[in-house]
Amino acid sequence: MARKDPGPQVDRRKFLTGVAAAGAATAAATMSTPVARAAEPAPAPRVPSALRPTLQVAAAETETPRETTNRIGGRPGSDFMVDVVKTLGIKYLPANCASSYRGIHESLINYGGNKMPEFLTCMHEESAVGMAHGYFKIAGKPLMTLCHGTVGLQHATMAIYNAWCDRVPVIVVGGNDMDAATRPPGVPTFHAAQDINALVRDFTKWDDTPVSLAHFAQSFVRAYKIAMTPPCGPVMISLDAGLQQEVIRNHGDKLAIPRYVPTAPPQGDSGAVKEAARLLAEAQNPVIVADRAARTPNGIKLLVQLAETLQARVIDQGSRVNFPKTHYLSAPPTAVSGADVILGLELSDFWATVNSYTDNGENGGIGANGTRIKPGTKLISISSVELNTKSNYQDFQRFQVIDVPMAGDAEATLPALIEAVKAAIPGSKKGAIEQRGQAAKKAHAEAEARTKQAAALAWDASPISTARLCAETYAAVKDLDWSIVSQSGNVSNWLNRLWPLSEHHHWIGRSGGYGVGYGAPASVGAALANRDAGRFSVNIQADGDLMYAPGVLWTAAKHKIPQLAVMHNNRGYHQEVMHVQRLSNFRNRPANYGPDMGPVGTRIENPDIEYHKLAESMGWWAKGPIKDPAQLGSALKEAVKVVQAGQPALLNVWTQPR
Amino acid sequence: MKRAVLLLAVLGASQAALAAGSAEKGKTAYAQHGCWQCHGFAGQGGITGPKLAPDPMPLEALLAFVRNTRGAMPPYQKAILSDADLADIHAYLQSLPKARDYKSIPLLNP
Repeated sequence: MARKDPGPQVDRRKFLTGVAAAGAATAAATMSTPVARAAEPAPAPRVPSALRPTLQVAAAETETPRETTNRIGGRPGSDFMVDVVKTLGIKYLPANCASSYRGIHESLINYGGNKMPEFLTCMHEESAVGMAHGYFKIAGKPLMTLCHGTVGLQHATMAIYNAWCDRVPVIVVGGNDMDAATRPPGVPTFHAAQDINALVRDFTKWDDTPVSLAHFAQSFVRAYKIAMTPPCGPVMISLDAGLQQEVIRNHGDKLAIPRYVPTAPPQGDSGAVKEAARLLAEAQNPVIVADRAARTPNGIKLLVQLAETLQARVIDQGSRVNFPKTHYLSAPPTAVSGADVILGLELSDFWATVNSYTDNGENGGIGANGTRIKPGTKLISISSVELNTKSNYQDFQRFQVIDVPMAGDAEATLPALIEAVKAAIPGSKKGAIEQRGQAAKKAHAEAEARTKQAAALAWDASPISTARLCAETYAAVKDLDWSIVSQSGNVSNWLNRLWPLSEHHHWIGRSGGYGVGYGAPASVGAALANRDAGRFSVNIQADGDLMYAPGVLWTAAKHKIPQLAVMHNNRGYHQEVMHVQRLSNFRNRPANYGPDMGPVGTRIENPDIEYHKLAESMGWWAKGPIKDPAQLGSALKEAVKVVQAGQPALLNVWTQPR
Repeated sequence: MKRAVLLLAVLGASQAALAAGSAEKGKTAYAQHGCWQCHGFAGQGGITGPKLAPDPMPLEALLAFVRNTRGAMPPYQKAILSDADLADIHAYLQSLPKARDYKSIPLLNP
């Protein structure tokens, strides 16, 4: 990286280079001395100096040495970088330490006082990004992370991909020593690259490589702004190690930090909103489907308002809490089958919402496709993701024809849509709409009874049923201000089916990219946000997920981030257990289980991992293994008390597979 | 068509297998053949598969379904699951107790 203003100050590399050169010269001189001396005339006899020492020499020999400014000769550029970061109110910085960002690391903790942001010691870059992901889903504010631009960023990539797919802002800053002529050889050069951002460019919203401090200020504020504008997403900044360590030059007083002004989110086109409202108002059975519609708590209120205006049932696909599960208009995914108009709000997969795919090995092994909806059903979509689609990674899913597609943020568009719907509902329709609501109330009550009866199945089984696991856990925390900081699919969605999810913070939703290893760090990040809000965090923790980077348990203990982790220990990568079994059956071959209970390569048993001991070794209170459902309730009570006292607690519970 | 497949499958199953099922052997076979993976160890079902017990479908129907399913569940042919094992599995499913009424479970009525 070109240095824009090489001043006269002592440069770290030049200093080191100078020392090395001087040493080499001395060595060379020593080696050549005998030859050189042979040709030299005899030296004159030495005589004592009669000169008085200068004041400087006298002072050096008799006085306490004065303090000089510092070795680098000024204020480091990374101090200014910290000034920039502090303007954005970023509270925490989860990161695994790395030499390529040592300049800003030192500035953050010394010059910046380790506040806003506070450095959180992580043991893996994937954990750091996962924590930032989980934090945002509760706090609604982004975190930044630092990493080695090469090896650290390579670790971080899966978590960045999850954030990309889940539309979550994370500011990733990768250290990179770019000047090939001056960077230290060896490890720092192994850890340098021309363009570290290329690694994640396919799944970040924006990236930049600032070449001056002024450039950094613009880049960082721009990165924050882009990350936070819907559709939100991760951003990447390559941070030159030299730029961090260079002194702020004499034009430092001219360095400016741009003011951050949030960009208003994009709204759907007014004409399209009017047409959507007409279709919804005139529909016999409109159904709303929401995935990432509620970016904020207000999004839930708006969706309730729209649903009640239409008395339309709402399917919450659950990447956020979009709609209260307790509301009588809350409906299961099958509700699309009776719809004549479907409004999709920030759906990550509209095709799969209205179509089915069966992995049954037919059609040459590719499976069978079908439709879930009636012919002629009108489809409306409001999605900000249409404004930010990239090519390589296929998170945009299969193509679905939509009758009224709108590129805009759903939550920002809802107020206009609600007003347009109210205006479009003909007076003659009001009776039918009310009847629709009555039918929905009845369907909701019946569904709740069916759900509870299904939960009663295998109630006393060992290993413990996932329904009982979730019901027991709810009983232990129901009187607290709780928040679920984990996913739900691995436990047959019992969390969503049995817990009264109604507030934005009640659940963090899914990972986005389904990269295993997200759960544990996201839970710690979300628990951090909940800690600051005085809430109680509950994590139903999958076993395989935890083992990707279990060091995040230590981070939680180290930084006093309490949570109740209840292991869903089914002792396998269960999705893959079923996949390999399915393929074996399609091919009419008995699945090879080896010594285990499932196909070779998919089980986590023989030996069984003692997660309670693992957690205990990293500063958690822990207990287990718990296999008898009758023992679960009392263990939960103990663990809840520990968490309320501020310590993370883990129960290792052996569970049914799903 | 589906009925014809069902009939053929039923006729193909030996009467001995249909008649003699051991719940004890069936519990082992249920685990060894991976039924638990999608349906749970107690046949309770979940997000990955429907409940099988209590009150399993008749053995004849189970045989026909398992051999010929074209849905999400992969078929189990005789090469990997014998009629006798399937009859034992059915006996095991029949032996599982009925679920309690959820209204009698306090945790399900918070």
